Amino acid sequence: MKELKVRLLVIIPAFNEEAAIGGVVASVRRHAPEADIVVVNDGSADATADVAGRAGATVLNHLYNMGIGATMQTGYKYASRAGYDVAVQVDGDGQHPAESIRFLVGTLMKNRADLVVGSRFLGEGDYKPSLARSTGMAIFSKVVSAVIKVKVTDTTSGFRAAGKRCIDFFSSRYPDDYPEVESLVLLHKKGFSIIEVPVTMSERASGRSSITPVKSVYYMVKVLLAIFVDLLKRV
Amino acid sequence: MYYLQIFSIIGSLALFAIVIDFIRRGLLKEKYSVLWLASAVVIMALSVKKELLDSIAGWLGIAYPPSLLFLVAFIFVLLITLHFSVVISLLHEKNKAIAQELALMKNALKEAGIDVPGKARGEVKK
Repeated sequence: MKELKVRLLVIIPAFNEEAAIGGVVASVRRHAPEADIVVVNDGSADATADVAGRAGATVLNHLYNMGIGATMQTGYKYASRAGYDVAVQVDGDGQHPAESIRFLVGTLMKNRADLVVGSRFLGEGDYKPSLARSTGMAIFSKVVSAVIKVKVTDTTSGFRAAGKRCIDFFSSRYPDDYPEVESLVLLHKKGFSIIEVPVTMSERASGRSSITPVKSVYYMVKVLLAIFVDLLKRV
Repeated sequence: MYYLQIFSIIGSLALFAIVIDFIRRGLLKEKYSVLWLASAVVIMALSVKKELLDSIAGWLGIAYPPSLLFLVAFIFVLLITLHFSVVISLLHEKNKAIAQELALMKNALKEAGIDVPGKARGEVKK
């Protein structure tokens, strides 16, 4: 099997996810036993680090809460220094299907792509966001797709596989504020290839989204601004 | 001499002295004091040389020359705050890099069999 030669790391960002993190790690071990797992604990106040460690993951502890961007970047730094070929991001709240990890990695290898994004909207999935959120996500999709000239339906998806070039780039440069959307723009500017594939996501097992429906309009404006600022950045 | 002139001369002298004293006592780094000293010097010059103030104000179309002092002071305050925003952003990046390095190093030590004492959860309050 070709996949066996690939050194695969699963990066799980987690902030106060003691209820879900054990299940997420166990699920990744079951569905992708060839992968090493690193949980980046972003200064949780609960037992996230202990639970993740006991479930068999390597745990990197942030001294204090630094946000999702810095958390993912710590994971990518770990991946880059340890020389992994592929890194897959899986959320710590259990909404991403571990059984699709191999599918993401397979697509990445087969197409020699730099990044593969798992989309909730491409397939037959039953993901139903609120009206405000689905409108916002549709607008992001239109704007980002136009900007990067690749159709991306689920720009805020945090379920993605990154190849070696991408890992190295992310370890030196990863956006702080809205990393999922912004990283697509930066990768495009860098000339990296991005592919989107359908995945089915479940409702989050615990915790709340960092984006509440009430704030989504404000959030949307900020993300759109960030996208245009990213376009002006040097990469 | 108007009272305003005397007031702004004393004010700018005091600012200059305070900034120099802060540098001397190590409370202020030289590189963050340049804009403060420049603002004190410029306001002092405009306060002492009334003709200079009047001619610049006339050239800019400012009917009441002393309000040019406020404009100049305001511009310096804007520049200083902008400078601070840049400095804070740079510090943020450096701080993040250190914290990430620490997380990676603690793990490397643990893998080498050295457990760094101290609890992992919420070590530093936000």
